[in-house]
Amino acid sequence: MNEITPEIVREHGLSEEEYARVKRLLDRDPNLVELGIFSVMWSEHCSYKSTRTHLRRLPTQAPWVLQGPGENAGIVDIGDGDAAIFKMESHNHPSFIEPYQGAATGVGGIMRDVFTMGARPIAMLNALRFGDPAHPRTRHLVAGVVAGIGGYGNCMGVPTVGGEVNFHPSYNGNILVNAMCVGVARKDRIFLSAAKGAGNPVVYIGSKTGRDGIHGATMASAEFNADSEEKRPTVQVGDPFTEKLLLEACLELMATDAIIAIQDMGAAGLTSSSAEMADKGGTGIELDLDRVPQREANMTAYDMMLSESQERMLAVLKPGREEQAERIFRKWELDFAVIGVTTDTGRLVVRHKGEIVAAMPVSALSDAAPVYERPIERRPPATGTPSFDRARPVIGSLLKLLGSPDLCSRRWIWEQYDTSVMADTLQCPGGDAAVVRVHGTTKALAITTDVTPRYCSADPFEGARQAVAEAWRNLCAVGAKPLAVTDNLNFGNPEKPEIMGEIASSVDGIAEACRVLEFPVISGNCSLYNETNGEAILPTPAIGGVGLIRDVRRMATIAFKREGDAILLIGEATGHLGQSLYLREIEAREEGAPPPVDLAAEKRNGELVRSLIESGQADTVHDLSDGGLLICVAEMAMAGGIGAQMLSARNEIPYFFGEDQGRYVLAVPAASADRILAAAKLSDVPMALLGRTGGDKIALDECGEIAVAALKKAHEAWLPRYMAGSKLPPTN
Amino acid sequence: MKSAVIVFPGSNCDRDAATALEHLAGEKPALVWHGDSELPDVDLVVLPGGFSYGDYLRSGAMAAQSHIMRDIKTKAGKGLAVLGICNGFQMLTETELLPGALLRNAELKFVCRPVGLEVEETQSAFTRKYDKGQHVTFPVAHGDGNYFADETTLDRLEGEGRVVFRYAPGENPNGSARDIAGILSEKRNVLGLMPHPERVCDPLLGGTDGIALFQSLIEALS
Repeated sequence: MNEITPEIVREHGLSEEEYARVKRLLDRDPNLVELGIFSVMWSEHCSYKSTRTHLRRLPTQAPWVLQGPGENAGIVDIGDGDAAIFKMESHNHPSFIEPYQGAATGVGGIMRDVFTMGARPIAMLNALRFGDPAHPRTRHLVAGVVAGIGGYGNCMGVPTVGGEVNFHPSYNGNILVNAMCVGVARKDRIFLSAAKGAGNPVVYIGSKTGRDGIHGATMASAEFNADSEEKRPTVQVGDPFTEKLLLEACLELMATDAIIAIQDMGAAGLTSSSAEMADKGGTGIELDLDRVPQREANMTAYDMMLSESQERMLAVLKPGREEQAERIFRKWELDFAVIGVTTDTGRLVVRHKGEIVAAMPVSALSDAAPVYERPIERRPPATGTPSFDRARPVIGSLLKLLGSPDLCSRRWIWEQYDTSVMADTLQCPGGDAAVVRVHGTTKALAITTDVTPRYCSADPFEGARQAVAEAWRNLCAVGAKPLAVTDNLNFGNPEKPEIMGEIASSVDGIAEACRVLEFPVISGNCSLYNETNGEAILPTPAIGGVGLIRDVRRMATIAFKREGDAILLIGEATGHLGQSLYLREIEAREEGAPPPVDLAAEKRNGELVRSLIESGQADTVHDLSDGGLLICVAEMAMAGGIGAQMLSARNEIPYFFGEDQGRYVLAVPAASADRILAAAKLSDVPMALLGRTGGDKIALDECGEIAVAALKKAHEAWLPRYMAGSKLPPTN
Repeated sequence: MKSAVIVFPGSNCDRDAATALEHLAGEKPALVWHGDSELPDVDLVVLPGGFSYGDYLRSGAMAAQSHIMRDIKTKAGKGLAVLGICNGFQMLTETELLPGALLRNAELKFVCRPVGLEVEETQSAFTRKYDKGQHVTFPVAHGDGNYFADETTLDRLEGEGRVVFRYAPGENPNGSARDIAGILSEKRNVLGLMPHPERVCDPLLGGTDGIALFQSLIEALS
């Protein structure tokens, strides 16, 4: 066995203190296999060593939460014995190095997290952040990531129904690919990962193990530099066909009662799945690597323990059920092998070619893993109200904003995703939240992902509150009761106090908003070290929200549906232009305080909107977010192909483009407008009449008018032109 | 009407087809495993969409060599109704139950969107409940849907009234020759089409234009 030099320790991403800790825990020097195991299990990616103490502040409980953080995914009760299982996870580093495979395996990984718990995945969403459109690499990354997500998800036959896309120069060297999967299972058929009981067979199922992805988790726990291209071999290669077989085989096995515990082999592969299962079960595991199905000859124990080959699962079966399980996996033409046994020793013991090649207490990898209280420096939030040119024509700005990279139509992207497979998609991308029916029922899940990184950069605490509030609002806007969130915390290097400050403030913001809105965090993922040559990304705590629509006939969409409807605005319009898209795209400045979130008002307004939808009084609702009021109305007009006549209330730029929070626009039959205005007054919710739907133009009284068709043309033009061309198209 | 939906490894629209059939015909279709060698006694066989065998090699190529396909070919030759949707259409060209081939989409990208179609032929068990020339909207979701055949074959298909569905003007999503979206076999008992009628059988899903296709079959085959 090789001697462990300080250099080898460094290459494994362990600090001197951490290595000393390993030696203390083992009471001897580790061998190379053991060093590899410690290095992945103690990596930031697997151990959450920088964030663990902060994440404890998140609220995780509610009466409808069946499983909070700590399992492969979180679970909420959705009534009638059904449960929704979901999680969001990043695949940022691999997607930057190899966009197609990085994004594809990100999709595959998060799907396994969901179906390993017994759920059939029913929807995928993706929160994507790319660099400056003018950056030479951006187009290639967009094309590759979108093709990779589609390539995997489409083959799996799970609809990709929503998400978000932003462009910003801070992502030039570190794009973000956050994939969210939602599945549905029967509440009494949920599978966990605790390998309880000694003497039970440990079985390996799925694809063979190869040398791909060795040390992927370690790569995802370090900054990028000029040599990052050389890390391409650490990116795994996905095979969605095998994953589809694995899904069907697992669900078939789960219909029996043969399984004690099951977990997918994700980051750190066989190492983390076996250690985590033993840890949760309070047992030990002995593995015999000679029995592991191998794709390549002469693989070492080190290779096998650290491989991140995709489409693999580890399960613990009840004794004597191996044959029954094997029959199912052979039918689906997958590998199946009994590779070990659970023990009562509390130790992970790995054998290869008849020798013990690694042995350690399981607790050394989990409980004894380092946890850091890293130094924190919270920088003061941005403040102030920016100035702007009051004489700038409103219609011209509307057109320019609608065609800008962050607001233009994402059709070019979502048309590469199968949005309607499974025949339960009720709302596709383009609305406030995706809506997917629970198969065979009249209820549906609404799903959204949200965060506005420019707000988070200006004020991490307020920005994080806003991300949660917007997710909550998007669910209310379609008529869903918000149930819970999954968070994907994307930040720079946590060893820098100012980055730790962003993390701590973001967690505080999420915690407060989730507590007030009764919207607990039930799963999530941290992606740190998103830095290249010392430049960090904007703080990006992406929030994935899930809500329940009890009756699919009572659901709202954004499209104007009738001529002559009264257009109503819910919420206060103070004209907050700080950190707005208007300011950035029209005035070319990123300044001021982000819009503050009043969580109590947010709650009142959202609950009123939901009650109007549930009672059948409103079927046309859109929340206000990027771009403000006029963008919101324009999106409703474009979706419905019906224009709007706006009243001459306040013809001012901040009124039209301010990004005040907690707001919605509704279109309701004119005859019911008075009744709804009265109901709002009773609920202490600000509501104002904005105008009427009708015609084929958006008419602003004193500020001019524009045809809906012209808006649509501008809205649809930018992305296809950008992706097709070699030069940067104008934004109108 | 008794029906069967074939399940290949990688099929992913098998459940959607079965749901539509059960809902409209009132009878659950049999789900038949690709490795079986004989079909049950049915009036209709559906080859569903998806990525059978991962679409590795060529879309539909491996499925065309599967066990169950031998029996399907034999029985289709004797007049059994066979409906191939999307990947199922690709299997039908690979087995040569239908002429031509489905190439990569002209834009070289997967495309999923609702597309307008014209029902050109109502003289078939699949389309008798539609009106000739009726405009319908079905979603497409495929990467290899670009229908190709030589000019003689295309002329023959048109001359024999075997082009059943054609993409409406300006709607061709994949570059298919003569905007062809779906064709019949010579004996008119086999239909292959790229768009998905089974995804538009429920008003909540944005359309009901697919219902008439299944009702046509129920009327013709019951």
